[in-house]
Amino acid sequence: MAEITLPKISPTELRPLAAGAGAPLIEITDLSLYYGASKALKNISLSLGEKVVTAFIGPSGCGKSTLLRCLNRMNDLIDNVRIEGAVTIGGHDINGANVDVIELRKRVGMVFQKSNPFPKSIYENVAYGLRLHGVKDKSEMDGVVEQSLRGAALWDEVKDRLHSSALGLSGGQQQRLCIARAIAIRPEIILMDEPASALDPIATTRIEELILELKKEFTIVIVTHNMQQAARISDYTAFFYIGELIEFDTTTRIFTNPSKRQTEDYVTGRFG
Amino acid sequence: MGIRRGHRAHPGEWLAEKFIFLVSLTAILMVFLIFAFVTREALPLITGEVSSAAVQPVIPVADMDKIPAEKLRIYLELTPSQFATMDHDTKKLLMETKVEGAQDAPDNKDAKINTIEWRYLLFPYQWSGYDKPVYIWQPVSEIKKYNIIPIVIGSIKTTLIALFFAVPLALGAAIYVSQLASPKLKEYIKPAIEMLSGIPSVVAGFFALIFMATVLQKVFGYESRLNAFVAGIALGFAIIPVVFSIAEDALTSVPRNFTQAALALGASRWQAAWQVVLPAALPGVFAAIVLGFGRAIGETMIVLMASGNASIMSGNIFDSARTITATIAAELAEAVFGGDHYRILFLIGALLFLVTFLTNMAGELVMNRLKGKLEGKK
Repeated sequence: MAEITLPKISPTELRPLAAGAGAPLIEITDLSLYYGASKALKNISLSLGEKVVTAFIGPSGCGKSTLLRCLNRMNDLIDNVRIEGAVTIGGHDINGANVDVIELRKRVGMVFQKSNPFPKSIYENVAYGLRLHGVKDKSEMDGVVEQSLRGAALWDEVKDRLHSSALGLSGGQQQRLCIARAIAIRPEIILMDEPASALDPIATTRIEELILELKKEFTIVIVTHNMQQAARISDYTAFFYIGELIEFDTTTRIFTNPSKRQTEDYVTGRFG
Repeated sequence: MGIRRGHRAHPGEWLAEKFIFLVSLTAILMVFLIFAFVTREALPLITGEVSSAAVQPVIPVADMDKIPAEKLRIYLELTPSQFATMDHDTKKLLMETKVEGAQDAPDNKDAKINTIEWRYLLFPYQWSGYDKPVYIWQPVSEIKKYNIIPIVIGSIKTTLIALFFAVPLALGAAIYVSQLASPKLKEYIKPAIEMLSGIPSVVAGFFALIFMATVLQKVFGYESRLNAFVAGIALGFAIIPVVFSIAEDALTSVPRNFTQAALALGASRWQAAWQVVLPAALPGVFAAIVLGFGRAIGETMIVLMASGNASIMSGNIFDSARTITATIAAELAEAVFGGDHYRILFLIGALLFLVTFLTNMAGELVMNRLKGKLEGKK
């Protein structure tokens, strides 16, 4: 097995990190994924650190979202998908035969590209995950809902209308509600699939601030098309191109001094 | 003029648009016309103009010229045009038959009752020979009894049984096909269920009459072989494809990302379908049920064949029953044109129309409220 180590973040790359951040949490080893006969991910090996933000960048169709979905096994839902190689989280192989997918998804939350609150009340949206995982106590539920909404910087805007429909919120608020819903069940890892791509610049800024806040407690993996966004919020960046991992390093190095020509061309906007 | 050239630039499109508008208008017009026709036939009954009493007060032939022409016309049951073209002798002849008819009238205390008054249509009455007030539909007898309650109950009974049987099955199938089944399986199940709607109702009725009735009687051990229960179950088979098809559409059109969000939170596929997708599709599912109700209460052939067709006043689902539709279908051809029986049948037809119309309207209202609630407009 190839030795995978996380690149060290040098003290000059000034990004506030939580204590103990950066220890390897997710290990992807020689991972290949096939849709039917076509190989969408090609022998990817990657190590993602704890309580840091890792960004996946690359042109459309490069497999970054597919890789993200491997981390909570959302690809299981697609027919004809076959996976080779291993993904371990905290040392456990998540594709193992006796892995409880429900438990896995409780540990690995996800926020989608298009905000998708349930057509229920704001409160019920956040409470849904808790109910799924067996929380019944009303006061405990109320507490977690408030805490999660505060965590997603949404509490002040919705505290007076917790029981009105979530679909009455603006696009940015809906996306923050989805984040609140994801963090309510206290996952270790939050996967974000272009969480701000459908939002206006102001709402995007709020989501980015939120991500920087969340990384104190959560490990975040984010897929983004927006170079500036990756540069602003991530500690590590992985660049993919047609199913291959081209380069993985600290964000500062990827954007200032990449070692591969392709990476440089992409981040400077020469292609992609 | 500028950009608002409108139809001048596209006369073909304008014409097509107006044509389609006219066509849709005809549909509305047809509904209105049918309702107007049905009510018109029942109207004399509603306004109390006609009397079905077997014994009418008789006017002596000698008084013929003393009474006003209009009163005479009504007495002789003639239309104004008939009355105008009829000569005096014929009228006199009619007067004489009336008198003769009165002599033949049944010797019965009920013979003078106008049995098509509302209280006899809706409330129980103790007819002579009965030891208590009864609801009874007996349009062909010496004293014609038109209490509509037994057949209304019959309709409600069979419809409810059909809904209780069909809705859970159809919804279950819709949830399974739209949310849980593999695409390949879905390809087979969906057309198979929808093919049920292609079975002619007379064939379904035949099947219920010959086969299902026997099997169900063996299973449940009730007394009368053909009853509301058998008819309801057979009717259920007829409405399953209706409810299934619309509910399945509603469930399928719920965005996939709701399911994904639920799964990503650790829900099982069943939980996602039941707790997230079904509530989101509720307006459409509700519409499916309302449509199923309309189809069930309006269905004729199956209930005519499988219900036993006896207008028994009973709440027991294992008793034979007769529905409004079956009554109309079976009796209208034999009813005297323009007579009381004929008008009563139109009245219950109008009633049926009204019930479906109001149900659809109420359904629409509920659906809009549900939709508004889901979309956060309320």
